[in-house]
Amino acid sequence: MKTARPVGIWGHGAYVPRYRIRTEDIVEVWRPRTGARPPVTQKSVLGHDEDTITMAIEAARTAMQRSTLSPAKLGGLWVGTESKPYEVKPSATLVAAALGASRHLLAADVEFACKAGSISMQAALAGVGSGMMDVALAIGVDAAQARPGDVLEYTAGCGAAAMVFGPADGSIAIVEQSLSYVTNTPDFFRREGAAYPQHGGRFTEDPGYFHHTLSASRLLLEESGTKPSDFDYAVFHQPIPKLVERSAKLLGFSPEQIAQGMCIHNMGNAYAGSSMLGLASVLDVAKPGARIFYCSYGSGAGSDAFIFTVTDRITARRDGATVASHLRRAEYLRGYGQYLRLTGAIRM
Amino acid sequence: MRDVYIVGLGLTPVREHWTFSLRNLGARAILAALADAREETADCLYVGNMLSGQISAQENLGTLLADETGLLPIETCKVEAACGSGGACVRSALLAIAAGAADRAIAVGVEKMTDVTADAVAAGLATASDQDFEASFGLSFVGMAGLLMQRYLHESKRNRADFAPFVINAHKNALTAEHAMFHSEVTLEQYLRCPMVAAPLGVLDAAPVCDGAAAVLLCSKEALKPHHRPIRITGSAISTDTISLASRRNLSSLSASETSAKKAFTQARLTPHDIQLFEPHDAFSIMTTLALEACGFAASGTALDMAAAGAFAPTGSLPICTFGGLKGRGHPVGASGTYQIVEACLQLRGSAGSNQIPGVRRAMTQSIGGHGAVAVTHILEA
Amino acid sequence: MQTANYFRLEGPYLRLEGQRCSACGAQQFPPRTACRQCRATTFEICTASSIGTVLSFSEISSPPAGFSSPLVAALVALDDGIVIACQLTDVDSDKVEIGMRVEMVTRLISETGPEGCLVYGYKFRPQLL
Repeated sequence: MKTARPVGIWGHGAYVPRYRIRTEDIVEVWRPRTGARPPVTQKSVLGHDEDTITMAIEAARTAMQRSTLSPAKLGGLWVGTESKPYEVKPSATLVAAALGASRHLLAADVEFACKAGSISMQAALAGVGSGMMDVALAIGVDAAQARPGDVLEYTAGCGAAAMVFGPADGSIAIVEQSLSYVTNTPDFFRREGAAYPQHGGRFTEDPGYFHHTLSASRLLLEESGTKPSDFDYAVFHQPIPKLVERSAKLLGFSPEQIAQGMCIHNMGNAYAGSSMLGLASVLDVAKPGARIFYCSYGSGAGSDAFIFTVTDRITARRDGATVASHLRRAEYLRGYGQYLRLTGAIRM
Repeated sequence: MRDVYIVGLGLTPVREHWTFSLRNLGARAILAALADAREETADCLYVGNMLSGQISAQENLGTLLADETGLLPIETCKVEAACGSGGACVRSALLAIAAGAADRAIAVGVEKMTDVTADAVAAGLATASDQDFEASFGLSFVGMAGLLMQRYLHESKRNRADFAPFVINAHKNALTAEHAMFHSEVTLEQYLRCPMVAAPLGVLDAAPVCDGAAAVLLCSKEALKPHHRPIRITGSAISTDTISLASRRNLSSLSASETSAKKAFTQARLTPHDIQLFEPHDAFSIMTTLALEACGFAASGTALDMAAAGAFAPTGSLPICTFGGLKGRGHPVGASGTYQIVEACLQLRGSAGSNQIPGVRRAMTQSIGGHGAVAVTHILEA
Repeated sequence: MQTANYFRLEGPYLRLEGQRCSACGAQQFPPRTACRQCRATTFEICTASSIGTVLSFSEISSPPAGFSSPLVAALVALDDGIVIACQLTDVDSDKVEIGMRVEMVTRLISETGPEGCLVYGYKFRPQLL
């Protein structure tokens, strides 16, 4: 897909809470079958006074500050998440109010499992690219619960990333083109009122993650006439490391290309924030002229793929907290009990 | 304005009163004050109270107590100035007489706190703070006092232990006060090791949750009778400061306390040196410290030194909390200000029993609402 | 907190919006109906500084119902001179010092049960960078 006028990212922001739980502390309580080791050694945990909205606000404030654009100029704001604090009441308007956006705003929450954030990016891209608005904000954020004792508990983390979109002229990374690919695949879902999701085990891999990531990526490479070696970085959705590593291999991307965008080892899977955090991490270090390949994945299912080219404006627009600084700012919980208290039914 | 005299004193013990309700307590104090003056009735009744609506779901206290005591159709209303209500209702009664609108006026402070859980009491006390910019952020009433104590310690470079004399003195004086809540001493050791509530403020730095009522009958000179033992109110003043601590000009001074004391001194034509006994609003040991300094009884930053030297003990230059104060006698919040006045009058009459400060003729009381948001000062002379 | 009251407090709670008096220029936070200095009643919105220094702090052992324990209360002197009462977050009380530099974040302040309104507002945390 290409836009009527060129669009770029003007500013990026990220936020990861400071708490971490070591997955060995979870293992100690649940004792999974011998030999099965968690895919990551630690994951991020929400503080008692944090939620999807507070994380979104912080990532958004950073992105707006870096963009040098006033929040009053925002014409669109999308929050992509599957852990909305209100099932009915938009998080987007709260984020807008916290930023000081004007009331003249197209604001909404978006759900598409782990690709809700990249859908927000497509919406922002479309909003600016069509000329309907000049500035738009896309946020991918999650603080998804995992059923205690379930395999997802080892990886379900939390975090947020935000991208400000505007005209390509003046941006830090131009959007060359994008693509969206969907099927109706029930690999992972959560029914209304259910506390925890159901996931299809191995069904989530080939029919789910791989089919959509590989299909969308191949289609975009083809449509754009590019090959993996044309890119400096590749960012994928990160539910567990091996899915990313395998996809990269199958597509022809190298371990070096995916390294910067891999946040999962430090923080687990931030669901709708995962791939966008990877993108933010790349934007923290990418040099002018770098080319970024990005492909998300969301269960249900689908992938959004983007190609970005970094401009020379980027070096002046990334002061402040990087993804790496958030990942370093780790405070380890003293065991599973403390973890349960923080993730318990009562947030306060 | 006419002179005003206190001729009747009544109080209930301060306790967790499981058998007495809000209306019982208030009524008993009123009837005791009337009986003490050998009077049947008065021209008006002012009820000081802070939490009746929040805790007992009961307002319209003036009417309620008039009804309960058989005083209908007396002129009456409730007077509220947070934890200073007990002092404020006395001022209201005074003003009625001074203005010539009444010859005899009853002021009763009453509070019933123990019917509900600690959480509910805390929520009630928080209504004295700035709801939107303090209480709603979880900054509890005792938490704000902790902030004041922390700041004072930082500025004065003192230790928490330096506040101990106030608590020790209060409990010691309460030992022989029959109506006091506590009859046990507090040692320095206990003070130092008590649990923190809002560090550095510990459980022993704070007055207790309790119930009680105290009442005074005021009358004009014209209405005095030979059997009365009148105590003249020579100074009465209320002054205010910002409701939120964040808006204060100086976190270590209580300007409402200072201004209201100055106004009272001017009315009475007295200075701090003339006062022989002071009942401060010792809801927290930091408030005692700040009030003593604000009223001019201690130079800024010296109250703790003076306490250490015994200046505020019964044998000191300025005895305080002579029946235990809010800390030892108890702090049924909307009633404390009236207890202070009843106790000061007992002292001035020479009827304080084992707690008597010899030869006292000029006493001051100060009842404070919020953390120094409103200060009600009275000067009483025998 | 009642929903309607929280709705009115959006400016101060989410954006630290105070006032600047149109008559004498004095800055106020929280907003008031009249200027504390000159008592005039017209104002412009003036956003308070989001960075400041801890003036005092206290760990509240038993916070009120609906608030998580322990709770660190603080008075912070913002860089523009406004003093604000707030919770500190992301820090244990034994790591707090008077004079510490702190910055504003938007966090959950309270919730009225699992089905009630969520109150978001300002807290301050040790400055990240």
